[in-house]
Amino acid sequence: MTAYVADVAALAHKDLKVELRTRDTLPAMLLFVVATLVVFHFALPADAGDDAAYGLLWIAIVFTALVGLARAWVPEHEHGVLEGLVLAPCDRSAIWLGKTIAALAFLAAAQVVALPAFALFFAPLDAPALLGVVLADLGICAVGSLLAAMAAATRSREVLLPLLLLPLAMPLVVGGVGSAIAPEPGRYLLFLALYDAVFAVLSWASFEYVVTE
Amino acid sequence: MIRARDLEKRYGRRRVLEGLSFDVPAGGFLVVTGANGSGKTTLLRLLVGLVAPTRGVVEVEADRSGIGLLAHEPLVYRELTALENLDLYGRLYRVPERRERIGMLLERFGLWEARSEPVATYSRGMSQRLALCRTLLHDPELLVLDEPFSALDEAGARLLDRELSELVGRKTVVASTHDPARLAPFAPAELALT
Amino acid sequence: MGLAVVLALLVVPEDADQGVSQRIFYIHVPIALTAYFCFGLGAWKALRLLWTREEHFDLESYVAVHQGTIFGALTLLTGSIWAKASWNVWWTWSSRQLVLFLVLFLFYCAYFMLRYSIEEGARRARSSAVYALFGVVLIPISFLAIRLAQDFVHPVVFNISGPQMSASMFATFCVSWAAVTLLAYVLYRVELLGKRVDADLRELRETLERPRPSVPRLDEQMPTGVGS
Repeated sequence: MTAYVADVAALAHKDLKVELRTRDTLPAMLLFVVATLVVFHFALPADAGDDAAYGLLWIAIVFTALVGLARAWVPEHEHGVLEGLVLAPCDRSAIWLGKTIAALAFLAAAQVVALPAFALFFAPLDAPALLGVVLADLGICAVGSLLAAMAAATRSREVLLPLLLLPLAMPLVVGGVGSAIAPEPGRYLLFLALYDAVFAVLSWASFEYVVTE
Repeated sequence: MIRARDLEKRYGRRRVLEGLSFDVPAGGFLVVTGANGSGKTTLLRLLVGLVAPTRGVVEVEADRSGIGLLAHEPLVYRELTALENLDLYGRLYRVPERRERIGMLLERFGLWEARSEPVATYSRGMSQRLALCRTLLHDPELLVLDEPFSALDEAGARLLDRELSELVGRKTVVASTHDPARLAPFAPAELALT
Repeated sequence: MGLAVVLALLVVPEDADQGVSQRIFYIHVPIALTAYFCFGLGAWKALRLLWTREEHFDLESYVAVHQGTIFGALTLLTGSIWAKASWNVWWTWSSRQLVLFLVLFLFYCAYFMLRYSIEEGARRARSSAVYALFGVVLIPISFLAIRLAQDFVHPVVFNISGPQMSASMFATFCVSWAAVTLLAYVLYRVELLGKRVDADLRELRETLERPRPSVPRLDEQMPTGVGS
C-alpha cells in the first residue's frame, strides 16, 4: 500500500516538475479562463441575473479543464515514455492517479485566479458554491485524465477529447450550478460526491486497459 | 527463461508473426535477425509483455521488475534531466541504494557531466546511452535490446560491447539487429525472421 | 421472421384507438427501452472483452452500441413527434426522457468518433470497451442530473405521465414492446453476421493473394548457453 502511494507521489511529482520546466499548461489555462470571463461579460445581456453568470462560470471551468487536459499526456508521448512507465512494476492505475493529481493541481491553480476574478466581475461565491467547484474538479480531472489518455493515442486528439468529455461533464455542470444557486445546495453537493465516487473508481480501474494491449 | 510456442501476432488483417516457437535458457543469448518489417520489434515487445499474442503462448520466467527493454525510443522525459529521469525509474523499480547506482551508471556511460541537463539538450547518442542506463538500472534478469547499436554513437557502442561481455552468461539477453556480425563475438543463437 | 416483425408493428398502431400522441407512445417507449437494453448489452460485451480478451466480444459490443444509437436516434425522433402531437412543440427540455436521450446520443456518437480515430486492433477494442462501460454508468447518473436540473433550470411546465392504461392497452403495449425488441434482436444478428462475413471475406482474400511465407522452425536448433 505504501509502495503504491510512493509510486503515485513519484509520478505526480514528476508531472509537476515537467510543468515547472516547460511552463506550457498553467499559463495557457490562466490566460484562457480570464479571457473567457471577460468575453462572458459581453455575452451576457445587461439585465441577466446572477444565475446566468454562474452558468457561464461552469462553462469556463469545463473548458479551462479541457485546455489543461489536452496537454496532460503530451510529455508521455514524446520519446515513447508511456511505454517505459507501463513496463515498470508499478500498478498502471498509479500512472492515472499521479496524472489526475497533477491535473487537479493545475486546475486548482487556475481557479485560484479565476474564482476571485469571477466574484469581482459577476457574482459572489459562497461556501457551497466553492465546495461544488472542488467536488466537480475532482470529477473532471478523474474522468478527463483517462479520456485524455485515450484521445492522446489517436489521430484527432484535439477534437476528440472535448467530444468524449462533454457528455460526461454535463452532470458536473448541473451539480456545480445547482450548488451555487439553489436555496438548498446539499442535494447537489451530494450528487457531485456520488459522481466523483462512481467515476473515479471506474477510471481508476479501467486505466490499465487503456494503456495496455 | 523464455518459452515460446506457435506465436502469432496479427494487427487487424496484417500477419506480422506466424508459427514461431523457440526456447531461451537462463543465461542464454539470442539474436533475432530479419529485414525491416519482418516483425523483430513486434517479437521483442511480445516478450516484454507490451503486446499480447493473437495466438500461441509465450512464457517468460521474469516479472516486470526483472525485465529491461532498450527500445528504439529512449523512453525518457525530454523535459527532465538524466538524474531526474533515472530517479523516477529508480523509484518505480524500487532500486536499492538508488542514488549510488544512478551515479555509477551515469559515470560508466559517460553521462556524469551532463547529468543535470535536460534530456532535450542531448544528442541522439547521448539519449540512447541514457536509455541504456535506464534499462540496466534495476539489474534485470532478462535484457531485451531492440537494435541496440543503431542509435548509439561510437562511444556508446564501445560501452555497450563492454557491458554485454560482462553480462553474457549471467543474464539472459535477447537482441534484434540488422547486422548479426556485430553480436557474433557473444556466440549467440540466432532466430531469423522472414 | 422479418415479416412477422413488420406485421406486429403495423398491427399495433391499428389497435390503438386514441389520438396520434397515444399511438406514438406505443412505439416511442418500447424503442427507448430497447435502446437502453442495447447500451446495456454493449457494456456487458465490453466487460467480457476486457475480462477474457477474446476478440469477438469487440465486434459484438460495437454492434450492440450501434443498434442502441440507432434506436436512440429513433427515440429522439418519435419523442419529438410525440411532443409536437401533445404540446405542439418539436422539442421540450421538460421531458426528462428526451433530454437524457439527447445526452446519451451525443455520448455514443463520440464512441464512434473514438473508434474511427484508432486503427483496428487491441487498443481500439479496449478503449471502445472502456468508453462503453462509462456510457452505461452515465445513464443513471445523467438521469439524476437531469432530475436535479429541472428544479432550477427548467421548471416542469408540462406534466408528463404515461397514459392511464386499461388492460387492452397494456396488452397492446406489450405486443409493441415485444415486436420492437424482436426487431432490435434481428437487426443485431443481421449486422453482426454481416460484419463477420465481411471480416472473413477479407481474410480469405488476403490469404489467397499472399505468397506463402517460409517460416523457420527452430525446434531442432535450441539455443544453448554461451560457451565455446
